[in-house]
Amino acid sequence: MSDTLKKPTVGFFVTCLVDIMRPRVGFAAVKLLEQAGCEVEVPRSQSCCGQPAYNNGDEANSLAIAKQIIKAFDQFDYIVVPSGSCAGMFSEHFPRLFRYDLDWLHRAQRMAAKTWELTRFLVEVMRVDSLDSCYPAKCAYHDSCSGLRELGIREQPRQLLSLVKGLSLAELDDRDVCCGFGGTFSVKYPEISTRLVSNKASNLEQTSADALLGGDLGCLLNIAGRLRREGSAAKVFHIAEVLAGMADGPGIAEPEDEA
Amino acid sequence: MTQAATSAAVFKSKAREALSDPALQQAMDRAKGGFVGARRIAVEDLAEFDSLRDTARDIKDHVLNHLDLYLERYERKTIENGGHVHWAQTAEEACQIVKKICLDADARLVAKGKSMVSEEMELNRVLEEAGIEVAETDLGEYIIQLAGESPSHIIAPAIHKTREQITELFYENHKSHGFSERVTRREAIVNEARAVLRSVFARADVGITGANFLIAESGANVIVTNEGNGDLSSTLPREGEVEGPTEYHVVLLDNGRSAMLAGRYQSMLRCIRCGACLNHCPVYSAVGGHAYGWVYPGPMGSVLTPLMQGFDRSYDLPNACTLNGRCNEVCPVRIPLSDMLRKHRFEQYRRNLNPWLGRRLLSLWAWFARRPRLYQGIVALPVWLMNRFGRGQGVLRRLPGAGGWTGSRDMAVPEKRTFQVQWQAKRDNGK
Repeated sequence: MSDTLKKPTVGFFVTCLVDIMRPRVGFAAVKLLEQAGCEVEVPRSQSCCGQPAYNNGDEANSLAIAKQIIKAFDQFDYIVVPSGSCAGMFSEHFPRLFRYDLDWLHRAQRMAAKTWELTRFLVEVMRVDSLDSCYPAKCAYHDSCSGLRELGIREQPRQLLSLVKGLSLAELDDRDVCCGFGGTFSVKYPEISTRLVSNKASNLEQTSADALLGGDLGCLLNIAGRLRREGSAAKVFHIAEVLAGMADGPGIAEPEDEA
Repeated sequence: MTQAATSAAVFKSKAREALSDPALQQAMDRAKGGFVGARRIAVEDLAEFDSLRDTARDIKDHVLNHLDLYLERYERKTIENGGHVHWAQTAEEACQIVKKICLDADARLVAKGKSMVSEEMELNRVLEEAGIEVAETDLGEYIIQLAGESPSHIIAPAIHKTREQITELFYENHKSHGFSERVTRREAIVNEARAVLRSVFARADVGITGANFLIAESGANVIVTNEGNGDLSSTLPREGEVEGPTEYHVVLLDNGRSAMLAGRYQSMLRCIRCGACLNHCPVYSAVGGHAYGWVYPGPMGSVLTPLMQGFDRSYDLPNACTLNGRCNEVCPVRIPLSDMLRKHRFEQYRRNLNPWLGRRLLSLWAWFARRPRLYQGIVALPVWLMNRFGRGQGVLRRLPGAGGWTGSRDMAVPEKRTFQVQWQAKRDNGK
């Protein structure tokens, strides 16, 4: 391959929740990126985007975590994140953190400009227009707030889902309303969080969809956790799993196959 | 409402109470869809809505940046028109000014149009202590005055009441006005209130309203109202007189606003008190306005209350928010409400107001998060443990230390090994 046709290099930011709770979302995302023609690397120097510190007012630790991420991802053409929330942290909030530090501000702005949420990257940069995955089910898509409002992610995941064979899409009532996750909010204000996620669960029930898909594992763990507790049979997957044809196993919060 | 101000500290228990109050939940459920839907229809009919928002923001910013100039011009104009302008630094000062005006006029009955600033001042209490009867004439305000409550919404103060509750309130309170039947239909409820309030307007000695806009150029004040009670409160003559009011007083209250003007929260002063952020806030919709503990609830209240009542008395307000940003999206003057709430959290952290345990846990987590290699080694253990104990079920129904989550939700069980561990293993095998 000549230099001019060099594959774009993607630094994959796994996100702490995917790393810990559902690694297969990470592998699905990497598969999609490679299929789309990217050279994917996963820097070891990554843990979390820093939102727990940032959204709880801890400026010093937010800055330290941001610096370490910016250093680790400087070298790539793109930084791709399977979460609108963490991608929003990089592209919207890192530059704000460094508004009084010009050197770092420039680096943060450069990082912000190279950061993409997975579905938006696949649609708008890699121009993915075909997939060979199949998921014959009626699915509802949950719009996560940060992705929706900070990054304008709404049509991109739906466009990708329309490429999946057998999949039909249902829309949730109140689809622009928060599921009640909100990071540490979910455990600091559990009763309020529960009310919001219960509303989401009943919106899902009204669609009689077989599965709920979304682009942010935080919301999905929250919704799936509530659905299981309510005894719902609806499956929950990260959109990357369905797009990559890797949704044949157990959904989020379902028992692993004994095989 | 000094007591109410202190009670901003008990947000959690009030929120819990509200969530298990079936009447409140019913009322909030009915209201929520109505406001959101009506706004959507209105916005769809107004193609230039977003550019109007920009203009509104710019006008507000301009006026705030030249506030001294405009206020003085307004004062001059008002005096030229024969009015009186009073400047009050604190709520208490403003109350004393209004009380003196009322006493000087030998007022026994005051008719009030809806005013959130008067709620902020606790004006009714002060006037009543001076032996003056105060009658709220806005329907919602009238209802909560009968109920002995404070507003739970800045434009729909009785939004937390069901129609059934209002029927009972009217039945109990209107017997003395000659109404002995229970009224249940919306129209009949409004008519009964109108009949009772008509005599208030006729008998009142003083009328008090707020103002949505003051016009510096002319000295006029503008009230946006849909009931007409504001006009009646401010323009009707006293009984026995033929012309309108004989005196016109304007009280300009600061109450902490100058401090906001000078600092990082200036854009909060753009707020026009429209209530859109409340109507679109999922937390407000779930718990209602009283949980917030002071006169301003929802997103705008969570920004304002700490600034006006003190950070130490309102810890929960900036935190009880998922930062979903729906409020920013609907604010007609583009106040970045959720960013301001996050600013509050930084301020709380600087002032060491966070609960001790949460702060320690966060620092511990951050210490590891700043050292990724170490972090990856450490998280492997809880991941393995959770997998070991929950694999068969796919979920954990209980998890030590995570009761906040597992009280109402199952916890998904992670795979046996983290992504990083699996990825490194794959790469090593590939080599």
